[in-house]
Amino acid sequence: MASTPKPEEILKINYKPPRTRWMDTPVEFKPGTFCYGAKPDNLKGLGLPNPREWSPADEDWKLPENWKEILLEGLRERLDRFRSLRVFMDICVRCGACADKCHFFIGSGDPKNMPVLRAELLRSVYRKEFTTAGKILGKIVGARELTEDVVKEWFYYFFQCTECRRCSVFCPYGIDTAELTIIARELLVLLGCHIDWVVASVNNCNRTGNHVGIQPHAFYDTVDMLCDDIEDITGIRIEPTFNRKGAEILFIAPSGDVFGDPGIYTFMGYLMLFHELGLDYTLSTYASEGGNFGLFTSHDMMKKLNAKMYHEAERLGVKWILGGECGHMWRVINQYMDTMNGPADFLEEPVSPITGTKFENAKSTKMVHITEFTADLIRHNKLKLDKSRNDHLKVTFHDSCNPARAMGLFEEPRYIINNVCNNFYEMPENTIREKTFCCGSGSGLNNDEFMEMRMRGGFPRANAVKHVHEKYGVNVLSCVCALDRAAFPPLMHYWVPGVEVSGVHELVGNALVMKGEKEREEDLRGEPLGGMEDDE
Amino acid sequence: MDTALGNLEKYLSQNKKTILEKWYDLILKTYPEETARFLRRNKDQFENPVGHDIREGIQGIYDGILQGSGDEKFYPFLDKIVRIRAVQDFSPSQAVAVIFFLKQVVREELEEEITGGKINLTELLVFESRVDKLALITFDIFMECREKLAEIRINEVKNRTYKLLQKANMIV
Repeated sequence: MASTPKPEEILKINYKPPRTRWMDTPVEFKPGTFCYGAKPDNLKGLGLPNPREWSPADEDWKLPENWKEILLEGLRERLDRFRSLRVFMDICVRCGACADKCHFFIGSGDPKNMPVLRAELLRSVYRKEFTTAGKILGKIVGARELTEDVVKEWFYYFFQCTECRRCSVFCPYGIDTAELTIIARELLVLLGCHIDWVVASVNNCNRTGNHVGIQPHAFYDTVDMLCDDIEDITGIRIEPTFNRKGAEILFIAPSGDVFGDPGIYTFMGYLMLFHELGLDYTLSTYASEGGNFGLFTSHDMMKKLNAKMYHEAERLGVKWILGGECGHMWRVINQYMDTMNGPADFLEEPVSPITGTKFENAKSTKMVHITEFTADLIRHNKLKLDKSRNDHLKVTFHDSCNPARAMGLFEEPRYIINNVCNNFYEMPENTIREKTFCCGSGSGLNNDEFMEMRMRGGFPRANAVKHVHEKYGVNVLSCVCALDRAAFPPLMHYWVPGVEVSGVHELVGNALVMKGEKEREEDLRGEPLGGMEDDE
Repeated sequence: MDTALGNLEKYLSQNKKTILEKWYDLILKTYPEETARFLRRNKDQFENPVGHDIREGIQGIYDGILQGSGDEKFYPFLDKIVRIRAVQDFSPSQAVAVIFFLKQVVREELEEEITGGKINLTELLVFESRVDKLALITFDIFMECREKLAEIRINEVKNRTYKLLQKANMIV
């Protein structure tokens, strides 16, 4: 009996975190907290280096023999190429303003998810290899050797950053940690150490034009199926055109809206709106993806995948491009496309054919966000809307990170929602607009193997949704991002059951009164409209 | 329900603030130091939801014990604490252990009263058994969370397969 522990001894389990310094705490790859490694076929398909069978959980990552040289040369090249990178490496004073702003830090409690510390993972190697003080003084000035453990640490934490840029809003120096993550991921790609969810999507997109790998006929069939659903609900048959030369507008949406539930209802909303306006537009089975996982791979890959937008616009001879509800797609369009693949001088400055409004903000890119387009229509009273058709919904709006922080799109979606819904409730001020909390699955992390980490990262957002759900009975979380629409349903299922996820144009589709439509009894999901529940 | 805590109830009420603070501190110690500092400092419900939920959770549990509430009253408060720990970097025992911490805090905080006989042993045992029961409920919630997580993953994969079959025209 002497060996029987007393109750308080049993309780003395090791619940304490490691007390080692961060540099000396190696990463442990536990299932649920890391994404699967890129498969060799997908790396090969893109001509990326070091294709091999591997898993991040393996001891041996099968790195190329000269991996260190490759990484350091890669870093040197990028320090020379991007002045911002060198500035971000040198300028941080570790004031800590960003430290508690990251959703992954808040939700996981892992200090290496503090943006300042995440950046230190890279900065420490920069100091050691590229600064005199670091070379001489080493750890005293926060410098450290580049080892295989450091590579693993980079992989672990740079694939725990969703590049949402919330931290950068609070940095007094304007350091953009998302850009550091972008660079770190580029460096990891040089060793073939990327995640399959991103590389497979990029490989698909490279071959078929979209992340899902839908081929033209399947793309056509899926849209046709959505038109069947619209006909069932409204009695109106819509026949969108594909790859039609001479159309005035090319419309590009994220493929998630064509293929993923609940994105499809948003796509139905787009189709209904365009039909009602009699818009001269076409879809493309080549430019069949607005999203761009190349952004999460490398600058070159982003440029390559983005190029099809202007190519297709030029080939079809359209005047300008209209873009659907997507998040990172708009970061690429708004911040990089023009200089990367422009100037698109074969296109015209976008003008709404319905209202005559010139979209001067899109003068250079020639591409207009659909909420800008629709908000303008409503403003000019061009749509007949029956708000009461959304009365069964109590709606809140999530500012998707990229449209919010990369293009300042705050008012248009709200203006639309307020014109198509009677019940709209904002989440608390410090969780919306430029301070919006990420869904926790952005930048290509929306895969199922990462679910546990996604629940951590998405907690701050879910917590604010829970607040309006409990206070006002909110049952719909609307957003303007396809990735949000994919990532939020599981997040809500775990944290706030009873809240559905919708795009803004799904709500538009519900409220839109179309010429010649039959009396609507159901919303786009086939759910009874407000007031119709008791009619049976 | 009769609280049956006798004198202990009085001392638990009187020392509520200190006991809750110490309990909170012990829970924070399960996190790395930098994180614990943040969880303690920021009181905003939305900027620091983990810290806020733990605070609300332990307060609710404590009040429930004092009021002799039925099991169902404790669920939302236990949920606030364990739902996040179920997906954080903790083993099941580490996730649930935080409920047992209350016993440790009460023993330490009321040591004089216990050893001095102001609180009798039966009352203490009743209290501790109650905490044990709450820990078991917490384990149920922990398991619900983990099962839900698995269900969510399965659904994601199922949906994907379903869509693929649909795309390949293999189902009507």
